[in-house]
Amino acid sequence: MLEKALVGTKRYYGLLAILAGLFALGFLFYLKQLNFGLGITGLSRDVSWGFYVAQFTYLVGVAASAVMVVLPYYLHNYKAFGRVTILGEFLAVAAVTMCITFITVDLGRPDRILNVLKYPTPGSVLFWDMIVLNGYLLLNIVIGWNVLECERHSVAPPKWIKVLSYVSIPWAVSIHTVTAFLYAGLPGRGYWLTAIMAPRFLSSAFAAGPSLLILLCLLVRKYSKFDPGKEQIQTLAKIVTYATLINVFFFMCEVFTVFYSQLPDHMAHFQYLFVGLDGKTQLVPFMWFALVGMTIAGLFLVNPKLRKNETTLAALCGLVIITTYIDKGLGLISGGFVPNPLEQVTEYWPTVPEAIITLGVWAMGFLILTVLYKIAVSIKEEVKS
Amino acid sequence: MGIDRREFIRIAGLSTLLGLGGTGAFELLAPGRVEAEIIPALGSLKAKRWVMVINQKELDDNTAQQCAAACHRVHNVPDFLNPPDAKLKLNPAVAHRYQVKWLWTEHFHNAFPGDAPAHMAEKVEHMNFLVLCNHCQNPPCVRVCPTKATFQRDDGIVMMDMHRCIGCRFCMAGCPYGSRSFNWRDPRPYVKENYPGYPTREIGVVEKCTFCAERLAQGLQPACVETSRGAIVFGDLEDEKSEVREYLRKYFTIRRKAHLGTNPQVYYIV
Ligand code: SF4
Ligand code: SF4
Repeated sequence: MLEKALVGTKRYYGLLAILAGLFALGFLFYLKQLNFGLGITGLSRDVSWGFYVAQFTYLVGVAASAVMVVLPYYLHNYKAFGRVTILGEFLAVAAVTMCITFITVDLGRPDRILNVLKYPTPGSVLFWDMIVLNGYLLLNIVIGWNVLECERHSVAPPKWIKVLSYVSIPWAVSIHTVTAFLYAGLPGRGYWLTAIMAPRFLSSAFAAGPSLLILLCLLVRKYSKFDPGKEQIQTLAKIVTYATLINVFFFMCEVFTVFYSQLPDHMAHFQYLFVGLDGKTQLVPFMWFALVGMTIAGLFLVNPKLRKNETTLAALCGLVIITTYIDKGLGLISGGFVPNPLEQVTEYWPTVPEAIITLGVWAMGFLILTVLYKIAVSIKEEVKS
Repeated sequence: MGIDRREFIRIAGLSTLLGLGGTGAFELLAPGRVEAEIIPALGSLKAKRWVMVINQKELDDNTAQQCAAACHRVHNVPDFLNPPDAKLKLNPAVAHRYQVKWLWTEHFHNAFPGDAPAHMAEKVEHMNFLVLCNHCQNPPCVRVCPTKATFQRDDGIVMMDMHRCIGCRFCMAGCPYGSRSFNWRDPRPYVKENYPGYPTREIGVVEKCTFCAERLAQGLQPACVETSRGAIVFGDLEDEKSEVREYLRKYFTIRRKAHLGTNPQVYYIV
């Protein structure tokens, strides 16, 4: 099937070239980082994780959200999603690849990454995260590829593929739960030390991932002869709607616990993010935009008129993607580190090289996504004609 | 150390026989058993559980700074704020980000956040508290490390294997005391005078106070204890007759964020 990736329109090649160029640029800066050290980022002794880890966290969510198309199809026999499961699975493949790359890029000593396998430490959540992420990547590649192959030859997928698809459902939940546990089990980091962390991660994932999938479906429809389907998009839209609202609800639950209990080391992080601390207010406008934007998007999506109109739906999905990204990509990680354990405020902002490396990894992910989608869509077109 | 010199040599020799010499020999051993550079000499100091008592009443500001300086000198800790060469001068914000600290001073409300009353003894309010890794008995940093590069020895010291660390910085997120530093860039140009008794570090690894494990192995007290003019005592918590036990019997002590269940092993007399 790989040959399908090699022939395409000028636009397809153009897109690949742009993405490859961005990837190369990011790679150059990564070489610089390897040489100089992570000091070329904005990270510090106080805020020791930043942009890279945030992208990783966000993308684990995107990857996990594939379950939102797989689950209805396999567990509830919701036939309509048969058309789009492949898009969800290939999105997961691209997203997990980016996750693993971001983690690697964040390491001080990437040359020693295999130490995690050489000295397996089951007590460390990072060890489990590595296992579930790699497992999930493998699952989605195998399932996606085989299902597509079968579709091409108009045969039913073998039984073992079905079994693997069932396995992938709890597995998807596990990747985001384990990722939340990276943060939620640390004493003395009040912003993260909450049982709602994993549920919040999942809800924001099931809002952001399907939103992205909707946008991708609309793009696929526009630029190919394959139509993922109106019904499919509408069902996804409902998932986005309720996941977004649940996400806002979970956030409010956390706000209640923190501010009614008045525990200072839990409140301080919220204060930093939403009103500023010690006169440091860098993230305040972003956080308000994220919170208000997310709430508005969720409420508007409840309105069937706005949801059924694909233009407003696309705009609202865009808003969900941006606001969940700010929440997880900017607020969650820095917010957990500010103030530091000695209640001092050191702010964090990514540097230009850091942003370019990040962009490079995203470009790599979208390159993989473009190629995989190209293959999938070509097969679908072939089967149709 | 849970291993004596002879046994160490035996194991090392065995691994060489197996063709696993070099660093490989160390990697075969479980962490906590042995570290590459520390082999206890005759007359090394040993304990069941090392603890430190800092008598802040006896510690004047000057001595506190000297303790920190002594520690940083014998461990080749780089100084980014005041580089040895004017050419290396960094923008203060950047220098602040790169900082490496093993032992430094903080005010009460930073060292013991949440514990400071609105009106407190003036002396204590302005007191410079020496802070360092607490060598927690239940250390979150060890719990989270994915490679056992941070590990706990039998004598309670929380050690770093800087040859194994992958630089994921999970331990920095895990430590609730901000005791850990990362080498964001090559630290060597910023080390004032190269102290031969301790290795310098490469980029990309985490480091922190080790209770001077390398000095204990040579029968020496930790550098800060030696510099403290008696304000810091160091010894075995399990030994009833030790000086630290005597202090703990005699004085009321506090520990940093003990409510987190980490069981810190640095005690403060205020
Ligand atoms: S103070 Fe921090 S670095 Fe030291 S043992 Fe405790 S948790 Fe680990
Ligand atoms: S940075 Fe090094 S010591 Fe810290 S958790 Fe990672 S591997 Fe362990």
